[in-house]
Amino acid sequence: MAPTVKAGFNIQQIREDFPLLSREVRPGVPLVYLDSAATSQKPAVVIEAMSRYYQDMNANIHRGIHRLAEEATNAYESARQKIADFIHASSPEQLIFTRNTTESINLVANSWGRTFLKGGDLVLLSEMEHHSNLVPWQILADQLSLRLEFIPVTPQGLLDLDVFHQLLEQEPKLLALTHMSNVLGTINPLEHMLDRAKAAGAVTLVDGAQSVPHFPVDLSRLEADFYAFSAHKMVGPTGIGILYGRKELLEKMPPFLGGGEMIKKVELRSFKTNDLPHKFEAGTPAIAEAVGFGAAIDYLSQIGMAEVEKQERILTGYALERLSGIPNLHVLGPGIEEKGGVVSFYLDGIHAHDVAQVLDSEGIAVRAGHHCAQPLHTKFNLPATSRASMYFYNTPEEIDRLVEGLHKTKSIFA
Amino acid sequence: MEDFYRELIIERYKSPHYRGMLDPHDFSYEDDNPACGDHIKIDVRLDENNVVTEALFSGEGCAISQASADLLIESIIGKSVEEIKALDKDHVLENLGIELGPVRLKCALLPLKVLKAGIYGLGDQKTEE
Repeated sequence: MAPTVKAGFNIQQIREDFPLLSREVRPGVPLVYLDSAATSQKPAVVIEAMSRYYQDMNANIHRGIHRLAEEATNAYESARQKIADFIHASSPEQLIFTRNTTESINLVANSWGRTFLKGGDLVLLSEMEHHSNLVPWQILADQLSLRLEFIPVTPQGLLDLDVFHQLLEQEPKLLALTHMSNVLGTINPLEHMLDRAKAAGAVTLVDGAQSVPHFPVDLSRLEADFYAFSAHKMVGPTGIGILYGRKELLEKMPPFLGGGEMIKKVELRSFKTNDLPHKFEAGTPAIAEAVGFGAAIDYLSQIGMAEVEKQERILTGYALERLSGIPNLHVLGPGIEEKGGVVSFYLDGIHAHDVAQVLDSEGIAVRAGHHCAQPLHTKFNLPATSRASMYFYNTPEEIDRLVEGLHKTKSIFA
Repeated sequence: MEDFYRELIIERYKSPHYRGMLDPHDFSYEDDNPACGDHIKIDVRLDENNVVTEALFSGEGCAISQASADLLIESIIGKSVEEIKALDKDHVLENLGIELGPVRLKCALLPLKVLKAGIYGLGDQKTEE
């Protein structure tokens, strides 16, 4: 039985907010979009906010004296304030606009890492990291002769906390960890892990690309020194993301990119850095995208992140129940208690690419591959998996169509 | 049958005509597509004129990569090494008879890449001699 969506959450209205969701993939084949973990769709209010910015107030920010520059600066800075409030950061200058989560993590690796890490230091990661929270540390480890250790993933798809506690005894200088796995859907027990890491003397960085879009994240309650996420996975535009950093750390860190806006004063042979957050925002930033990000935050706040989380749990639970009824289909990762709206799976004897291709013929968009988490696939001895990822705008009927598509895939390749 | 996969592709994926290994062989090469784990190995026997007399493939992967390997081998038996060097993407797509997006194109082209790498390796050996 498909769950009924509760009153108060008007799914029909919500779907109408997203112009793309009503398109047909091919004539007569409506879209079922189950790839929101890769990027979410955008509501008209976000698209219009960006378009209105260009039509009404486009100007370069911070330096101009004229009216347009003032309006554009206000729009850009008020977006920063909205995002700060959204994640309960104590002040907006702790939020740096970057291109995306990946750039945020690279900023920390290059600025904080190069300054405060030295040869032999231990950086603690996990086996479920996305490439964006793995490769920057590999590069740095190569250059600075750092040691990398990994918290193992259990066969159930959870982090092995016993090993984590043991690894902390080696006094890592940094714990860099994902809040939620983009493959297994596992939501890590972050509060506990960050507390323990802090107690062991480590600086902590969280990859929040899959968490901030999907459930309430309160940085006033988490011992995160750095927290990174992207707008495009949370109904905002591509090309803009956030690095949240604890003020004391950001102040001690050298600049990442040099150029305009990040300086207070420049002479021929020297410069003085600007105050936070501008110190880390060299050059003209993605202004329209920041405005779009602000509109995305307004949109999500209006629905309420607790409501977003609740709807996704209903959908995920239903998806797990329906998929478990398909013979020879295996779902990766933990059960609903520890899982967000990401359901990766494989069918015995059928390659993930073939699954995705048949589903596409039915208008169903899923991801097939290693989802930028190749070591995790190696660990589970899987070349590639298919991933259906949900957002609050999906419906139980779409899960039903996924299940029909999977039965069809099996009948073709049986 | 679906329009996105011709019947031929599914048929050759399920019941390939040229799956197996040749030992001895004149050359053998294998490679994979790390993004999706497709793996192809091709063993080839040549006659004295460098014409393919026998060839077989082994490996695993998606229907496109495996069917593409089977159809490629069928199309090279009786061809000379020089003729095979001239084969390109269009030949593979002609074999498959479908259009492919960029991601799936990599799956389809893996067997040809493996075959050519094997042939060029052969050339190197001969030059060394």
